[in-house]
Amino acid sequence: MIPASFEYEVAASAQHALALLAEHGEDAKLLAGGHSLLPMMKVRLAQPAVLIDIARVPELSGIRVDGHEIVIGATTRHADLVSSEVLAAEVPILAYAAAQVGDPQIRHRGTIGGSVAHADPSADLPVALLALGATIEITGPAGTRAVGVDDFFTGPFESVLQPDEILSAIRVPRHRGDQAGAGRTWGYQKFVRRANDWAIVGVAACDGRVALASMGGTPLRAHATEDALRSGASIEEAAQLAAVGTSPGADFHADADFREHLARVLTRRALEGRTG
Amino acid sequence: MTEVKLTVNGVARGDEVEPRLLLVHYLRETLGLRAANVGCDTTSCGACTVLLDGESVKSCTVLAVQANGRAVTTAEGVVNADGTLGVVQQAFREEHGLQCGFCTPGMVMAVTSLLAENPQPTEQEVREGLEGNFCRCTGYHNIVRAALNAAAKLQTSEVSA
Repeated sequence: MIPASFEYEVAASAQHALALLAEHGEDAKLLAGGHSLLPMMKVRLAQPAVLIDIARVPELSGIRVDGHEIVIGATTRHADLVSSEVLAAEVPILAYAAAQVGDPQIRHRGTIGGSVAHADPSADLPVALLALGATIEITGPAGTRAVGVDDFFTGPFESVLQPDEILSAIRVPRHRGDQAGAGRTWGYQKFVRRANDWAIVGVAACDGRVALASMGGTPLRAHATEDALRSGASIEEAAQLAAVGTSPGADFHADADFREHLARVLTRRALEGRTG
Repeated sequence: MTEVKLTVNGVARGDEVEPRLLLVHYLRETLGLRAANVGCDTTSCGACTVLLDGESVKSCTVLAVQANGRAVTTAEGVVNADGTLGVVQQAFREEHGLQCGFCTPGMVMAVTSLLAENPQPTEQEVREGLEGNFCRCTGYHNIVRAALNAAAKLQTSEVSA
């Protein structure tokens, strides 16, 4: 399978990429690792006239600490999240979730910004970022705006990102341990039938926030579960509410009832701090 | 057409390519390097695995232009200078880590990348490290043995070097 023809531009900087987006309008797509976009182009679900390669823009890549936040450049690869010492120390759920994406070859190419911008409701990183309360940094012609991850996703493969904007970075609150030195309380559950697949249902839990993959048109917070935990409910009780307000689809792997069951079971396990 | 300049198996190359040309087709058709196979063509099976700057990638999901300025290594490139099999290839031969052989070049490159990142993997780490490579003969046990054999050979050669 071969993509339809397109023009190829290499951006030298974020500003250059913005200028190229302004020049080519909605016919252009940004290319980083290409591991969501190229498969869609190969089956002609996407046929951009212009690809703007932002993978060679140094300022869009890398992990750094900025005050109370860890800033992760959009083109930082999954493999770099997995091996990051600062993430391992302060945001282990994100490093763990990145290690669940695809397989080693995919993690050597795919990027955090690409995964978030693709807005797949079954993907790993969006739920981890929801559980962390991350902020999405978006750069456009009018400057940079910050969008809470809760407000970023608007539908299946849709977000608030506009055609003339770049998802430039992800900001995650730091966590250097509480007064007793304890780290984050987190768990991550991904139910799959096959290696390197997307979650049939996935659950990310971190410090009382719970997020669900494949339980609706966007990655979702399990608000009823979170409210119950705040009201003093046990993990067992709170997890029973995990599917409240969700609208899971049915497919070859699971019908809606089974997905709701999985959400309850996996939420309990995630809240118990388990991974798998 | 776009010009690409890259290193393939240590040799500098320069070619005019269509931007939509996939790296695997550049390797197989432009350069005649046929080790990397097109299997699923959907980033799943790993038969097209090559190294990009030393790291495993699926060359059916990389554009040739994305490899511009970088170093690509295929299974042809891990053969020793005297024409004998490289360490990982020799380990596959000794452990009979192949049946039909279609997945083998990709398996060899995935193992090469895995051992560069984790020189002494456990059996479990090998199995997880190869989750992006399918063997439809289901010859996984010997492939895992080959990876562990290669790890042991590489450790020994480092000690003796």
